[in-house]
Amino acid sequence: MFSKLVPIPSANMLPDRDADKSPILECVNLGITFGGLAAVEDFTIAIGRTEIAGLIGPNGAGKTTVFNLLTKVYQPTKGSILLDGVDTHNMSTIQVNRAGIARTFQNIRLFSNMSVEDNVKVAMDSQMRYSMVGGILRLPGYWREERVARQRALELLSIFDMQDLASAKAGSLPYGAQRRLEIVRALATNPSLLLLDEPAAGMNPSETAELMENIRKIRDTFHIAILLIEHDMNLVMNICEGIAVLNFGRIIAKGSPADIQSNPAVIEAYLGKKKEA
Amino acid sequence: MKISHLKKTTRTDFLTYAGVIAAFVVMSVLQSSGSLSRSLTGQLVPICCYMSMAVSLNLTVGILGELSLGHAGFMSVGAFSGITAAMCLQNTIPSAPLRLAAAMLVGFVCAAVAGLIVGAPVLRLRGDYLAIVTLAFGEIIKELVNCLLVGHDANGLHIAFNISGNMTIDDLHLDPATGIAIIKGAQGATATKTIATFTAGFILVMLTLIIVLNLVRSRAGRAIMALRDNRIAAESVGINITKYKLMAFVLSAALAGAAGALYGLNFSSLQATKFNFNTSILILVFVVLGGLGNLWGSLIAAALLTVLPELLRAFSDYRMLVYAIVLILVMLATNNPTLKSWLSRLTGRARRKEAA
Ligand SMILES: Nc1ncnc2c1ncn2[C@@H]1O[C@H](COP(=O)(O)OP(=O)(O)OP(=O)(O)O)[C@@H](O)[C@H]1O
Ligand SMILES: [Mg+2]
Repeated sequence: MFSKLVPIPSANMLPDRDADKSPILECVNLGITFGGLAAVEDFTIAIGRTEIAGLIGPNGAGKTTVFNLLTKVYQPTKGSILLDGVDTHNMSTIQVNRAGIARTFQNIRLFSNMSVEDNVKVAMDSQMRYSMVGGILRLPGYWREERVARQRALELLSIFDMQDLASAKAGSLPYGAQRRLEIVRALATNPSLLLLDEPAAGMNPSETAELMENIRKIRDTFHIAILLIEHDMNLVMNICEGIAVLNFGRIIAKGSPADIQSNPAVIEAYLGKKKEA
Repeated sequence: MKISHLKKTTRTDFLTYAGVIAAFVVMSVLQSSGSLSRSLTGQLVPICCYMSMAVSLNLTVGILGELSLGHAGFMSVGAFSGITAAMCLQNTIPSAPLRLAAAMLVGFVCAAVAGLIVGAPVLRLRGDYLAIVTLAFGEIIKELVNCLLVGHDANGLHIAFNISGNMTIDDLHLDPATGIAIIKGAQGATATKTIATFTAGFILVMLTLIIVLNLVRSRAGRAIMALRDNRIAAESVGINITKYKLMAFVLSAALAGAAGALYGLNFSSLQATKFNFNTSILILVFVVLGGLGNLWGSLIAAALLTVLPELLRAFSDYRMLVYAIVLILVMLATNNPTLKSWLSRLTGRARRKEAA
């Protein structure tokens, strides 16, 4: 088994303000194979406590699979994941969330028959204490916690100016609003690391610009780390402090946006070799 | 507080309660003025039981999103445990309403235990295994009660399982002076003191509604609906899937048990075959017709479809044919977009009036 003593592999990638602190997330040689195909292999990164990091790569590179490994939708077949120094190898999806990782989904997964407000409140379930009987009998704990939950849900929705949509059905929201609601729902679980899978997909340029501002705002207000997958290079290069590039399941480059943009291996992965074209 | 200022869900809940209370008052008045037919009067308690059954099954099928084909099995557990409790407590609790309440509580608890035994292994699995297991459960309960012998005397409760098929109630060796036979195998419960009342039925429906609606509007209800809508997303926000599935299913079974106890204590004679697969499907029909997750729909569907065969007596031999046609028409109507928009315009107008 991998011990916690493995050296921080890419501490030089962390932003300056996180330099003296241990990273929130470390992946060491993480890998998974699906029926012989290594979807992700030797995935090694570290993410600072308040870093906005990017994970990019061509279609099918294994980016979403990395998220599924981090959130234990799949159990890794190799390597280890340390969240705030704690190995998550025995944890389930639920436990990993409670330990501090929240995510959004590339193909939106909202609770579409529930209201916007309930979508956010349901994510606070593990922070609530009143019992089933307390809820049925509406004991004082029910009223107290529900009032707080409602207030917090509206506060979180106001990040994206969505508080007026609180009672709308989540499934009836326009596409962009659904993506934003997924972020709010993830935030409601009080994460220390937020994983965003293509948050700008399907958004128009002005929505994307607004999203960029809001991602920064989220990091600055909640002091959390954000790891995002995105195909919109403008967004990635503008807001990410560290970027890892994945191709065929392997990291082919790691570094600051400037490093990545000038990296020949990255250019080749994206544009393809001349002879293949 | 004006209704229009409340949240939409709160308003729906409020109107559902008000509707049930109004229906109870109207039926009580009609009953005491003697304007109800004998057969309809006899149907009042069963209607309440079926309404409650439909609401509790809606918790499993509509709100949790799991298919259960053995809801009548839990009703059966509640009925026979409730009858047993009521018969045993005759001397201890002389007041009939209190004894009825105690019997319904016993039915509630026994059915909850049955629900836990059925649900705990199955609900851990991903996939639609619940339907097949509950189907089997309904059949097993029927067979179990068919070979159950229960009696009570001064020495307490006597229970025997007539597995061999050649035992009779005499094999319980009840004390001749104080002994009473309660359940006689395939003959079922034969000399039950009927203590069920329409008022108790009304209270049952109200309590079932309050429990299910309050559950749905609490953290547990949100979690249950979330795992129905998207299991992977629910797990990703830390929802304990198994716990909440089991919670909903056991509560649904327990409520069916309470309804079963009331049902059982409405008839002096009751056999286990009453709670067969057809009954489970009938209750499922109420839920589907009334709308998945729609509790007032379940109530109306249960009440109408229980009364309908009585109302169709005039058609004598063609009764079930007409019943089937009405069912099909209702199904078409509730799925008809024109009718739906007409209905929503109607309620929309009413809402605007309230707001004015
Ligand atoms: N459960 C699975 N079983 C088998 N193969 C899988 C599974 N999940 C992912 N894969 C494979 O792993 C590879 C990486 O997929 P992944 O979804 O992670 O790509 P991605 O980088 O997110 O691509 P995109 O940009 O299109 O979202 C693909 O070849 C995919 O077919
Ligand atoms: Mg992907």
